[in-house]
Amino acid sequence: MCGISGIVNLKHRETPSRDELERMIQALRHRGPDGFGFFSAPGIGLAHARLSIIDLEGGDQPIHNEDGAVQVVFNGEIFNFLELRRMLQKLGHRFYTRSDTEVIVHLYEEYGDAFVKHMVGQFAIALWDSKAQRLLLIRDRAGIRPLFYTIAAGRLYFASEVKSLFTQPAVTRSLNLTALGEVFTFWSTLEPNSLFEDVYSLPPGHQMVVDQGEIRCSRYWDWTFPLDGIPDHRSANDWAEELRELMVDSVRLRLRSDVPVGAYLSGGLDSSVITSLIRNYTNTPLRTFSIGFEDGEFDESVFQRELIQYLQTDHTHVTCKAQDISRLFPQVVWHAESTILRTAPAPMMLLSQHVRESNYKVVLTGEGADEVFGGYDIFKEAKIRRFCQRFPNSRLRPLILKNLYPYLKHSPTAGGDFGKRFFQQGMEYIDKPYFAHIPRWSTTRRSWRFFSREMKDLLQGKVGYDSIERILPPEIEQWDALNRDQYIENHTLLSGYLLNSQGDRMAMANSVEGRFPFLDHRVMEFAAKIPARYKIKVLNEKYILKKSMAGLIPESIRRRSKQPYRAPDSQSFFSGGKPAGYVQELLGEEALREAGYFNPAAVSKLLHKSASGKVIGFSDNMAFVGILSTMLLDKMFIQGYPASAFE
Amino acid sequence: MSTEEKIRAFILENYLFTDDQSELKNDDSFLDQGILDSTGILEIIFFIEDEFKIKIKDEEMIPDNLDSVDKIVAFVHRKED
Repeated sequence: MCGISGIVNLKHRETPSRDELERMIQALRHRGPDGFGFFSAPGIGLAHARLSIIDLEGGDQPIHNEDGAVQVVFNGEIFNFLELRRMLQKLGHRFYTRSDTEVIVHLYEEYGDAFVKHMVGQFAIALWDSKAQRLLLIRDRAGIRPLFYTIAAGRLYFASEVKSLFTQPAVTRSLNLTALGEVFTFWSTLEPNSLFEDVYSLPPGHQMVVDQGEIRCSRYWDWTFPLDGIPDHRSANDWAEELRELMVDSVRLRLRSDVPVGAYLSGGLDSSVITSLIRNYTNTPLRTFSIGFEDGEFDESVFQRELIQYLQTDHTHVTCKAQDISRLFPQVVWHAESTILRTAPAPMMLLSQHVRESNYKVVLTGEGADEVFGGYDIFKEAKIRRFCQRFPNSRLRPLILKNLYPYLKHSPTAGGDFGKRFFQQGMEYIDKPYFAHIPRWSTTRRSWRFFSREMKDLLQGKVGYDSIERILPPEIEQWDALNRDQYIENHTLLSGYLLNSQGDRMAMANSVEGRFPFLDHRVMEFAAKIPARYKIKVLNEKYILKKSMAGLIPESIRRRSKQPYRAPDSQSFFSGGKPAGYVQELLGEEALREAGYFNPAAVSKLLHKSASGKVIGFSDNMAFVGILSTMLLDKMFIQGYPASAFE
Repeated sequence: MSTEEKIRAFILENYLFTDDQSELKNDDSFLDQGILDSTGILEIIFFIEDEFKIKIKDEEMIPDNLDSVDKIVAFVHRKED
């Protein structure tokens, strides 16, 4: 995949030093171990760390146009680069490499800032136009590739990861406490916040222009849905057929590579779709990888084996043990650069390590399908809650809640009337666009109990459910209910957590590039037009996706009830009732008091409860993992300890 | 320790993560006050069954029996009689 970084002098035209650029890019060498490249000129410096995937010989960056006036470094892939290249060559552009990168500079020459609309891909781009003396930063539509920036000492610093920015002495380090409150509510920070004060993420679908020392951000793409409901005159068969064709093309484009491409196989529908399309529509040898757990509640190996048999893939299975999670967790936080509420990223890091050791650099993976096709339980829950609300006193309506969580050992619906009451929570928000998310956010917010007095005072009135409103478009009120729910999910859980902490960062930690066929913008835009009843048919989620794949995947997988990918949480950090060494230290009174974010007495009780093996609920697990990751974040990024200090 | 004290101690320790008695009133609704989430009620049921050696039937798992310290105390006493 690669890493990029750079410096723009906003107030003068001194050339950034090679030394500064090297320090920035060295921090990203895990993203690009195949070589570094640099460009500098008065006022600008660009650096690139390469993971060679296309045009291994000639594709080193930075790459320039015919006269060298346009220079680009980018992290990503342009999947339709062959078609774009042909088109640009016909228009007279001359190419000197076979890389996908080079289409960027020629597209810019041809279309100016609007060139991004022509690209099917995943990318974070930094383009310098020396004739106009301006920098263009662009991030892909869904937020697959990261891009952070900060302004300090009269300069704009940007980089793929925050650790690169922190190599610069002018960049100060502290946690953004409002953003911390956001993560402990929404599961992610709200755009454009990062977990660090004064460090921002360029939001998905945005571009930034730096011109004469002025900085302007604008949006070029967003998830958007039809106003006033979706017209419903197409048959399910029609939708399913067109979807299959789109998915075939999306997968085919993502197999373009000069190095072998593998695929992740979870045993669930989404990865089954991808691997089956590879098998049935391409000549690519199928090489798959999966993760399993010792704890039966989380393990999906049975389904994985079924699919492996069916598709006859060359497969590697990795078992993640509890001690793996504990051992890897500091590195996970080092790479995620965020407070996280689940340990699920840790097994993904273990998996990408095995991919690397098998000499693969690229994998296709199924993230995004649940967001795009309505696969998550939160969408179904919301549908049921709205259904119950029509006759709040009905005894029968809440019974359908029982169908929701078959996979959970300790299901919230097992608590009878209590489960029902839980889902009836938030009825006062029935008219708000974020109605669907209230149960999740209120469960997550219970962790505020663990904040210190100072934190609670500071956050007072700063982060509430309605904070989400600042990132919602005004027309959201006119969309179908499911579309509203999807929009919020895509802008919080998807871009802020899944693609970031669990996706890009965990793969890049081992120099592996993930590619996401469900997040092809043509698929996203197509799916936005599909009526809700084909996404969730009664309570059958991703109905239209399953229909489009009939005959291509085993019936048992098509019909299997959803099991979201999860890993054992707080219990991973204990062995024989004792916490791992670094956990004991970081969650101990002294460390907590010094850092100041959390209440030592309360955390001590949580630690005690977790050690006794009693923690089985969502909110306790989230609090534990969230507190631990925040303390690790503070220790590594604010205090400056390396991840190896926790071994 | 009385039934009431045992229940209070359990709730304060495991849901409020505090020793401060004033944080919990005996008539506070666990659901309305956000003291429990939905999985928390299962933990309480385990605790009550283990601690007081009673069995709670499905139809007894209702807020009227379990949603505050007072209600649990009354419920336990009824079961014990």
